[in-house]
Amino acid sequence: MPRRTDLHTILIIGSGPIVIGQACEFDYSGAQACKALREEGYRVVLVNSNPATIMTDPGLADATYIEPLTAASLERVIARERPDALLPTVGGQTALNLAVELHETGVLERYAVELIGASVEAVRIAEDRQRFKDKMIEIGLQVPASGTARTVEEALAIVARTGFPAIIRPSFTLGGMGGGIAYNLEEFKEIVERGLDASPVTQVLVEESVLGWKEFELEVMRDRADNGVIVCSIENIDPMGVHTGESVTVAPAMTLTDREYQRMRDMGLAVLRAVGVETGGSNVQFAVHPDDGRIYVIEMNPRVSRSSALASKATGFPIAKIAAKLAVGYTLDELPNDITRQTPASFEPTLDYVVVKIPRWAFEKFPQADQTLTTSMKSVGEVMAIGRTFPEAFQKAWRSLEQGRAGWGADGKDRINPERLRERLITPNPERYFYIRYALQSGMGVEQINALTRIDPWFLHQMEQIVNLEGRLRAFTLESVPADLLRQAKRMGFSDAQLAFLLRVEASAASGPPELQVRARRKELGIVPTFQRVDTCAAEFPAFTPYLYSSYESEDEAEVSDRQKVIILGSGPNRIGQGIEFDYCCVHAVFGLRAMGYETIMINCNPETVSTDYDTADRLYFEPLTLEDVLNIVDLERPDGVIIQFGGQTPLKLARALEAAGVPIWGTPPEAIDLAEDRDRFGALLDRLGIPAPAHGSATSWEEARRVAAAIGYPVVVRPSYVLGGRAMAIVYDDETLERYMREAVDASPEHPVLIDRFLEDAFEMDVDCVADGQEVVIAGIMEQIELAGVHSGDSACVIPTYMVAPQHVATMREHTVRLARELGVVGLMNVQYAMKDDVVYVLEVNPRASRTVPFVAKATGVPWAQIAVQCAAGKPLSAWRAVIEKGEAQIFNSHARRYHVKEVVLPWARFPGVDTLLGPEMRSTGEAMGSGATFGEAFAKAQLGCGQRLPLSGHAFLSVNDRDKATLLPIARDLAALGFTLLATGGTAAYLRASGLEVTTIYKVNEGRPNAVDYIKNGQIALIVNTPLGKASFFDEAAIRRAAIVHGVPTLTTLSGAAAAVEAIRALREGAWTVESLQERIA
Amino acid sequence: MDAVLVLEDGRVFPGRSFGAPGQCIGEVVFHTGMTGYQEILTDPSYCGQLVTMTAPHIGNTGVNDFDPESLRPQVAGFIVRAYSENFSSWRARGSLAQLLREHRIVAISEVDTRALTRHIRTAGAMRGIISTTGEPVETLLAKARQAPPMEGLDLTRAVTCEEPYHWAEGSAPFGPVYPDGTPPLTYHVVAYDFGLKRTILRRLVDHGCRVTVVPATTPASEALALRPDGVFYSNGPGDPAAATYAFETLRDLLGRVPVFGICLGHQLMGLALGARTYKLPFGHHGANHPVRHLPTGRVEITSQNHGFAVDPDTLPPEVEVTHINLNDQTVEGLRHPGLGCFSVQYHPEAGPGPHDATYLFREFTALIAAWR
Repeated sequence: MPRRTDLHTILIIGSGPIVIGQACEFDYSGAQACKALREEGYRVVLVNSNPATIMTDPGLADATYIEPLTAASLERVIARERPDALLPTVGGQTALNLAVELHETGVLERYAVELIGASVEAVRIAEDRQRFKDKMIEIGLQVPASGTARTVEEALAIVARTGFPAIIRPSFTLGGMGGGIAYNLEEFKEIVERGLDASPVTQVLVEESVLGWKEFELEVMRDRADNGVIVCSIENIDPMGVHTGESVTVAPAMTLTDREYQRMRDMGLAVLRAVGVETGGSNVQFAVHPDDGRIYVIEMNPRVSRSSALASKATGFPIAKIAAKLAVGYTLDELPNDITRQTPASFEPTLDYVVVKIPRWAFEKFPQADQTLTTSMKSVGEVMAIGRTFPEAFQKAWRSLEQGRAGWGADGKDRINPERLRERLITPNPERYFYIRYALQSGMGVEQINALTRIDPWFLHQMEQIVNLEGRLRAFTLESVPADLLRQAKRMGFSDAQLAFLLRVEASAASGPPELQVRARRKELGIVPTFQRVDTCAAEFPAFTPYLYSSYESEDEAEVSDRQKVIILGSGPNRIGQGIEFDYCCVHAVFGLRAMGYETIMINCNPETVSTDYDTADRLYFEPLTLEDVLNIVDLERPDGVIIQFGGQTPLKLARALEAAGVPIWGTPPEAIDLAEDRDRFGALLDRLGIPAPAHGSATSWEEARRVAAAIGYPVVVRPSYVLGGRAMAIVYDDETLERYMREAVDASPEHPVLIDRFLEDAFEMDVDCVADGQEVVIAGIMEQIELAGVHSGDSACVIPTYMVAPQHVATMREHTVRLARELGVVGLMNVQYAMKDDVVYVLEVNPRASRTVPFVAKATGVPWAQIAVQCAAGKPLSAWRAVIEKGEAQIFNSHARRYHVKEVVLPWARFPGVDTLLGPEMRSTGEAMGSGATFGEAFAKAQLGCGQRLPLSGHAFLSVNDRDKATLLPIARDLAALGFTLLATGGTAAYLRASGLEVTTIYKVNEGRPNAVDYIKNGQIALIVNTPLGKASFFDEAAIRRAAIVHGVPTLTTLSGAAAAVEAIRALREGAWTVESLQERIA
Repeated sequence: MDAVLVLEDGRVFPGRSFGAPGQCIGEVVFHTGMTGYQEILTDPSYCGQLVTMTAPHIGNTGVNDFDPESLRPQVAGFIVRAYSENFSSWRARGSLAQLLREHRIVAISEVDTRALTRHIRTAGAMRGIISTTGEPVETLLAKARQAPPMEGLDLTRAVTCEEPYHWAEGSAPFGPVYPDGTPPLTYHVVAYDFGLKRTILRRLVDHGCRVTVVPATTPASEALALRPDGVFYSNGPGDPAAATYAFETLRDLLGRVPVFGICLGHQLMGLALGARTYKLPFGHHGANHPVRHLPTGRVEITSQNHGFAVDPDTLPPEVEVTHINLNDQTVEGLRHPGLGCFSVQYHPEAGPGPHDATYLFREFTALIAAWR
């Protein structure tokens, strides 16, 4: 069947801000879907509130709406664009839920929009666990015994039947949020309560435990002619009980016989048919009993998922693209396999390599959070590695994670507490694999480790082989190690850095760093990697797509070209502070260089991204971003240039070493990057330029830090150098705290000193992005932070253009920025952070590289800044972009057409029960949404909506602020009262407001009696909270209030600037008629 | 490295021995299935072949009693990238190496199987020798070149059973999902054994057939004397055109009883109907080949294992091509409505491979029912 001709305009819904459980895999899938549908001649309308995505680039859809993902907002878009169809399967659970809501509220029917790619019925069956189970039983498949409960009492009745341990899964939540495993009644009640609360329909499933069973996933595709294929099988090394997003996983499945696999395959296809997925891809999860092979169907997602992104990257089969084409009527056999070109997409990829995925957590950001891995997702990113064997891929994946490890141990950095060995093996946690390694080394056999971890013995034996080889290597030095043993080690994925440690290589002035000595020695012995192609077919057909991974085989398949070429280093795994924004920049670097005629070469190891799509760059190396792996590719490709300024800290950390190895680095020289990080030298530079900065110094020891702090005066901001996202950044008020801090921070980055700055209390902060070509400097955007100094800029909302800063200060910042860029010799992007206090503009920080705000600025101005920057790095002058840049400036500064653009952040509090939600200098947000409007209030309101924050239009506002804030609170409280809110406040705040003539009801703090503020929140009597920290004494009290607010979804403002902005937003929302506008209309 | 694979064109692949010591010679082919090594090893169609697995880890699930396709390993030799002596499966009874050594099969691991596969893909299937004896490469090369080429070789007599026997065991618990269970055995099928796989027998039983397996050389008259409701022509090794006796017997059967052929049985069907067969450059050996069923347009993911194919241009007009391979458009299925016979080039029984084409066994019993 050819594509449908009755459809013209198709609406695609994105997944909104990056949150835990829903990350940039949906940018990848959404971008693929947009491209696939436009390729077929459809008009594509896209809605996504996340400006950091590639899919929201104006070129990807015909009409792009960066608008909140709510039914109301979508209805406005639908009313304007009148799409014929809606494709809801490429935007995660967010898009599916919205599609259901639009159906239920009659919007789809009213505007005659057809749902394609998934039916409402299929979504409901897949999401409603009881219906899903009933359906499975109906078609003869087994599922864990269970029941659904709407109350704790109902849940107790079920668990009496299904027994402990019991799994609790809330209905309709993301990534298993709010669920858990209970081993006793007490835990059970607690988790059920939390789960009922997390579920939008107040419903949980209580289920028989399959803890310790083997876990598998199949990525299944089906077309309207009922052709079905399995794109990929995935085996979770961590058995059942750990969410698949938290598990180390392997593709293809390793421990199934064909009979078992084919039975699972039959079931996977049967599940799609039974649920009613008529076209598209789905993920089906299975549990297999290790002792008798019994198979339970666990769940299915009738949409593209994180696992399908992984499967796409693991196999070279573009699931989202194919799913989009199937949704418009094609069948699998009508679509070509892009990689082989000769064969159709109606086949099942076969792998002659092994893929390993490892999650990356950010527990260092949430010290109070429970690090136990459960059925609820906590990881913020992941890496994937490809090797010819499991050990090779496994070790490559560990070094891809960029957590300071050179692989799976063997680098002298183990932090093992032998007394905790058994516990660390039994309870899944992020360190478990290092404890497995320790257990193997200390003679605990595979059998016993299997008994404790329930990890399949096959994997443990493979790990044992790595440990055994390590033992053999230790008997040698670099000079004495036999060539064949060295080759064997490389084939097992050992990095040069690991080998340097095992062979006890010392750094020396003559021979350089140990890692490079190993490299030199193995090159001397002819032990160099070969590059293999990911070809979907195990070499049965020629591959036309240069999608490559390294191995140590006998034949290289890279087929390097003699074109002019540039390597772009990606940003590695997503983490807090370095996420999708940098992938966006890397992808734009590709676009910019390609436009200039260069061959573009991407190196990255993050399977969720657009940058690792095989058709983004001309050539893709799916490799770790370590010095060794990058140099190997440089040796082979001999690029004209290497771009390091777009991938965040990941490539920057390599800059000096790459330069020393003679690699041609394009753009701002590494020396300038170093200068900006070196507080003393940078301070001297600021002095010379006469640009004010807060008093500062640096220290490598506690004693030194104390001296510096005494000279500067408390409070001070302390942070390690060379980090992103305010890692280990803190505001310190006294010696005692400073001493404690110095221990932790120095530990966080031992090679670099700790930076100490005077903290400017109550200062306003500004963020400036600029682009320079070495001569000229152009300001890309000036953002005003909504939160005051002290809150990490990545956790603060911000607005373009500035709306409260005086014009002369804006002019000063422009001037400083231009001078700094010139002085540092910036070629490409630079970001400067400013603080304003008492009419003085201070420079806080300069980062001569792409920043987190580049995509937001690009979306606000309509100018592709990252592309311009990369072209500057490639030698093209800024003047070539004059017209585009001027148009962008007009966007922001022409008062008649002025629109405000607000970026707001999302924070993962709901994932980490028990963690205080107070904002601070350490960044903890995972993503962002953008809102644009004719007024600041409208833009801020839309940004809030985009982040899922539904500001109330009326009700009770609860106010509790510290003494310093009381005067500032007064106008806010007045506004709230004028808007019709009833005011509640704790004693001191109430008294102050009352004295100023406001009507306020006093309520108890938590420690004052009952009913207190938390009771009010729990009873749903509070619609809005303004709560600034009152100090250490009441810390517990406030934390309890903020926790209750998170659990009950009450918007909470912990800063008064945020509260003032919220009041403006509420006013805008109450006035009603906010509008939606496409990017294309605005920049046309 | 204590073993070596030498190809007839002189290419050498070093590796490590993990099977029996010694040498073995055969045609080197590659199989792209990611699971099912035990079934592949024991499939008599691989007689005379050195089978390379493109999946890197082999041996992971050991060997068990249920999965073999015949009484013993049938491959001439076995080539893998990473052999796992440690295995994990609730059904395993021993390691793969144990099985290979027991049956004196030479096997080599640590081979760059991807380079080998790429070589065969471009240069075509060729003869090779695996040796663990340390003999010089030149001697091994000479031995490989002396071996007879696959074209023109009839290997069916080497693998067929000596005596007829009965089979009544079904696929449970590993068949396709049958919600309604196994039907009673209402039909009698005579299965010609040219290298018959057990999974085929199990599928016939699943579909209500009682099976009598007969040796390849059984004359048509003897087969018909067993009063079968249908005849099955099996898979098997070698060049179909060389097994003249087999397609001549088939000519005597056609029109007198419904006949269903698989793989070699399909090629013999083509030959019996007057078509010619030819050798493919490197054959189809895998579990992911898309095949279109022309009457419905549906695509099946199929299990394949053949080095020869039926030439469609030589088919008489009354023969209908029912299936084609979507990768290279070769013939995958035939039907002669008047003579009550049909055949497929691929393996609808799977073992290893997907179960998409199980319906063909239903079609066979439906054909039988219609002829009764």
